[in-house]
Amino acid sequence: MKKPRRSMLFIPGSNAAMLSTAFVYRPDSIMFDLEDAVSLRAKDSARMLVYHALQLPMYREMETVVRINPLDTPFGHKDLEAAVRGGAEIIRLPKTDCAEDVLRLEREVEGIEKECGRKAGSTRLMAAIESASGVVNALSIATSTPRMDSIALAGFDYVVDMQTQRGDGMELFYARCAVLHAARAAKIDAFDVVFSDVNDDEGFLKEVNLIKRLGFNGKSLINPRQIELLHQAYMPSEEEVAKAKRIVEAALEAERAGHGVVSLNGKMVDAPVVLSARRILDLARSSRASAY
Amino acid sequence: MCGTLESNDLLVKVEPRNELEVVISSVVMRQFGVRIRQVVDETLQRMEVTHGLFVIEDKGALDCTIQARVQTAVMRASECEELDWSVL
Repeated sequence: MKKPRRSMLFIPGSNAAMLSTAFVYRPDSIMFDLEDAVSLRAKDSARMLVYHALQLPMYREMETVVRINPLDTPFGHKDLEAAVRGGAEIIRLPKTDCAEDVLRLEREVEGIEKECGRKAGSTRLMAAIESASGVVNALSIATSTPRMDSIALAGFDYVVDMQTQRGDGMELFYARCAVLHAARAAKIDAFDVVFSDVNDDEGFLKEVNLIKRLGFNGKSLINPRQIELLHQAYMPSEEEVAKAKRIVEAALEAERAGHGVVSLNGKMVDAPVVLSARRILDLARSSRASAY
Repeated sequence: MCGTLESNDLLVKVEPRNELEVVISSVVMRQFGVRIRQVVDETLQRMEVTHGLFVIEDKGALDCTIQARVQTAVMRASECEELDWSVL
């Protein structure tokens, strides 16, 4: 059963207190940030903090992501060294505009894995798409290497590049759809933008319901209090679970009886409906198994 | 210098000295003073630090935070850009 990846919590890499305690919030993934959340003069110390935090036993039990600085900055390669050597499962590359950006990252990751004795190919990659170019090239980015794990849309830089600003979500509509289609075509996961107003639960849940309906796996988060709201919103309802159970039981019964066609209450049930029902049950089971 | 005086963190100040001297104060000195000194000493030994005054004000940091702050302070004080990962 695949673990849910609904919540990806940003933790500033320079904040020792948050690095020491963030595991208690039990997000599906925790993302140590070395980029925007860290000032220029704290880049070196944040890198060291994250390298050591990655090796804490409590972070070994959850999915860890490190957002590095872009590789064309003086910090990018050093961040990558710390993240790969520290044992991060996933490297999040910001400002990914084209497949070549990912391939360059992959070459550097390969070199570090060899040097430090980490299993070749064990570091997965996530591309953050933050520009019009990135959105247009989303499919080639998503399919650039087997190491690609997921793509994430990042809203702030994207709306600036598009010469607009954050509003009711319409400004992100094309980007969300394009990134999500690229991810699904590549059979990888997709994460939506952060919702920055942590006091607006209603607005947050409205956005969560939209991205859930679109098909995103989850969302990047900047505040731990958004985790429970998000997980609850992604939890299938009792009615959905009950209906999914009936469909899956009917499919199993048809399989046992050697019938090629699944029927429920006298109506034929198509294969995609059975697949969708199985996913709902998986999500319900794994949601109960996780923190919320 | 490296770190902060916030809870769960520590501040490391480094000054030139001909010998190695480490001065530690901590809000949890009574409970963890021995352990803090052990982590600091081991970190400095692994980085082959032989001189300098290290003044450490601890606010209840985890071992990994102590290691990270001391290592960064050493690198800053020695103006070292390239890190030898094998000593961490």
